[in-house]
Amino acid sequence: MWGYVGRRLLQLIPVFFGATFLIYFMVFSLPGDPIAALFGERPPPEAVIQTIREQYHLNDPFIVQYFYYVGGILTGDLGTTYSGRPVSDLLVQAFPITFRLAMLALAFEAIAGILLGLIAGLRKGKFFDGSALVVSLLLISVPTFVLGFILQYVFAIQLGWFRTTVSAGAPLGDLVLPALVLASVSFAYIVRLTRASVSDNLGADFVRTATAKGLSRRRVVSVHILRNSLIPVVTFLGVDVGALMVGAIVTEGIFNINGVGGTVYQAVTRGEGPTVVSFVAVMVIIYMLANLLVDLLYAALDPRIRLAK
Amino acid sequence: MRFNRIGTAAVGLGLATALVLTGCAAEDDTASTSAEGIITTNGSEPQNPLVTTNTTEVGGGKILTSIYAGLVSYDAAGEISNEVAESLETDDSITWTVTLKDGWTFTNGEAVTASSFVNAWNYGALITNAQSSSYFFDNIVGYTDVNAMIDDPAGTLDEDGSVLQVPAPTAETMSGLTVVDDQTFTVELVAAEADWPLRLGYTAYMPLPEVAFEDMEAFGENPIGNGPYMLDGEGAWEHDIDIDLVANPDYAGERVPANEGVTMRFYATLDAAYADMQGGNLDVLDAVPDSAFETYETEFDGRTANQPAAVFQAINIPQYLEHWTGEEGELRRAAISRAINRDEITEFIFQGTRTPATDFTSPVIDGYSDELEGAEVLEYDADIAADLWAQADAIAPYGDTVFDIAYNSDGGHQAWVDAATQSISNALGITAQGKPYPTFADALTDRAAGTLTGATRAGWQADYPSLYNFLAPNYQTGAGSNYEGYSSEEFDNLLDEGSVAPDVETATGFYQDAQEVLLKDLPTIPLWYANVNGVWGDQVDNVVFGWDSVPLYDEITKG
Repeated sequence: MWGYVGRRLLQLIPVFFGATFLIYFMVFSLPGDPIAALFGERPPPEAVIQTIREQYHLNDPFIVQYFYYVGGILTGDLGTTYSGRPVSDLLVQAFPITFRLAMLALAFEAIAGILLGLIAGLRKGKFFDGSALVVSLLLISVPTFVLGFILQYVFAIQLGWFRTTVSAGAPLGDLVLPALVLASVSFAYIVRLTRASVSDNLGADFVRTATAKGLSRRRVVSVHILRNSLIPVVTFLGVDVGALMVGAIVTEGIFNINGVGGTVYQAVTRGEGPTVVSFVAVMVIIYMLANLLVDLLYAALDPRIRLAK
Repeated sequence: MRFNRIGTAAVGLGLATALVLTGCAAEDDTASTSAEGIITTNGSEPQNPLVTTNTTEVGGGKILTSIYAGLVSYDAAGEISNEVAESLETDDSITWTVTLKDGWTFTNGEAVTASSFVNAWNYGALITNAQSSSYFFDNIVGYTDVNAMIDDPAGTLDEDGSVLQVPAPTAETMSGLTVVDDQTFTVELVAAEADWPLRLGYTAYMPLPEVAFEDMEAFGENPIGNGPYMLDGEGAWEHDIDIDLVANPDYAGERVPANEGVTMRFYATLDAAYADMQGGNLDVLDAVPDSAFETYETEFDGRTANQPAAVFQAINIPQYLEHWTGEEGELRRAAISRAINRDEITEFIFQGTRTPATDFTSPVIDGYSDELEGAEVLEYDADIAADLWAQADAIAPYGDTVFDIAYNSDGGHQAWVDAATQSISNALGITAQGKPYPTFADALTDRAAGTLTGATRAGWQADYPSLYNFLAPNYQTGAGSNYEGYSSEEFDNLLDEGSVAPDVETATGFYQDAQEVLLKDLPTIPLWYANVNGVWGDQVDNVVFGWDSVPLYDEITKG
């Protein structure tokens, strides 16, 4: 197992360089002069623009800029934003918040989604199954920003149960509402996935055998049905970690959270290469680690799966 | 190899739990509490460290005007009164003698002296410091020695493709600034400028303490000022979150705060700020999101503001396009102007949060007039528009060229551009349409390079309350923001005469005449003035918005 993990970790290195190179190139190719745009409709003297461009090596060809960036990384310097803040400051500020938000959302969707999906699957065709279907279709079809505004209006502004926006430091209590919004769509998918998988497994041979062996219903459901049904769900959750971490732009905007999504969005519109690349690189790593964890969980969940030597 | 299944699952679960827990542990306890007497309001993360000569955007600007006091300050109407200055005297509008009042100090105890101003201005002008406000000093003698200009607005590249080098400065300080003694300094301008004092309340002209010049970037994180407010200790500025300002007990001017402090929370979207306003987490909000235009006045009944701001919005038609110059161009420009139904667009698209334009400046500026000669060209009349267009067609037929209006689609402009082009199409029987660019930077590239295929949206927010600040940067021959290449000798002369006029009233007359030239040539088609829309909660009173759309924080009372 450890050899396998080690090899997977080694794979991170080429992926990291490939990803940063590609992303740097894409940011570099963005139309428009980022420095000119910094000043809006009132350009400073050309000389000032030139001086700033030289500070950020913007006059150099792409490949030189990229090597400045990579060289910086190797010496522990991730570069600075156009406002002069070290990118590492932004990383340290944004990632913990987004991470907490994503984990909270993941916990919501995993626990509630699997539970509801399991019950719906076991009671296929009954009232509970039908209502779960309706609710999940509703959540899938309502755009996040609509749901976000509605929940914010009802639970924060009208009822006053939560703060309207997340306060400084993003305490966990403030993140509950945004995490619910963020989790909503994936929650619905997980309910559907679990339900389908559970109802498939209900008729599987090994379940019949287990029941015939005289195992209790409880043991059959929890060990034989549920565990085998979780494989597609775990795959989905693994992919979803990445989506939750980057895809929170809308939710972050509604609840004024200074997370990864908003920071990257702003950096892209400003053409701030170092910021975008550093953030995306960290996200690529998170994504790959999440997938590694998923692959390890496969083996844990399904005895038939072996990890390649 | 076979896994110990339960074991791996346990490891996975444990790992996940640990991650969530470490995440939680990173919490801190600075959750904003609306303390007694502290006003909470909206802001946005300053783009740069808080340095007076390097802040041209609103987010940093409203912090700096709160923590600094300059030679003059502005009241709600944009009228100036001396703040640190005892007097500003001149005989010829060229050489100015500035005398300071006694008793002003920075919050670190250092006295505010003539050198505090002169050193700050010299720092701002020096090219190697690359300060974005450096051009504010370009009318001071010696500026070209410290900040040589490259006379090529379009290019950062030479003709052969090589990168232009920034010329090294030949001096460190401007020879036009002379410190006479601690309380006095003189300023020599390149040309006479009667309303020069008007600009001295702008952030670029604030004084800086000695400590600033040791490490300007570090200073900008914890700036030390002499204004009505000061930062609430080291680290009062939490990046991307908020900044805490408290009343400065040593402040020696007229803007003495009626409250104990101001906390500005930074919002990425106005909608989130508005939600906080509705949820009672914010005392004052100095803007209203589009989504609330229809409802904010009923929701915050009696606690709203909706008044014109010093923001002028227009569409520019480049001078380099065929059909848009000479007599034909004049007719066509007038036709376009006549074809846009400003009243209807401001009422239905903007829900009354814009005011139709009657000149090229703003109603909040001293010297504004809605009775300029020729201003009727800004009134909608489809018949006259069609007639003017037909006259132009008689000179040279326009054909079926599409008339497009370039705009950046990330700025909420699509709705009005679509309405305006519809209005033009209907009145003139041509195809008019919007031409979206993904970002502001992208749109600016074509403007700066002079490669537009049609009109472009344009806007201007005044830095300081003066007609000149609206006119010179945008329409003077070769001026910095005159991207569309307008050039009129008559207009330039009137501006020059205005700036050498002996007093402000005479100057205003020239500036109004200059605008009448613009009304004839229409290098830009004025559309409307943006309004400032604000709301405040029932905890606070006496909320008044200044000429620059920012509330006068020092006058707000709470509790």
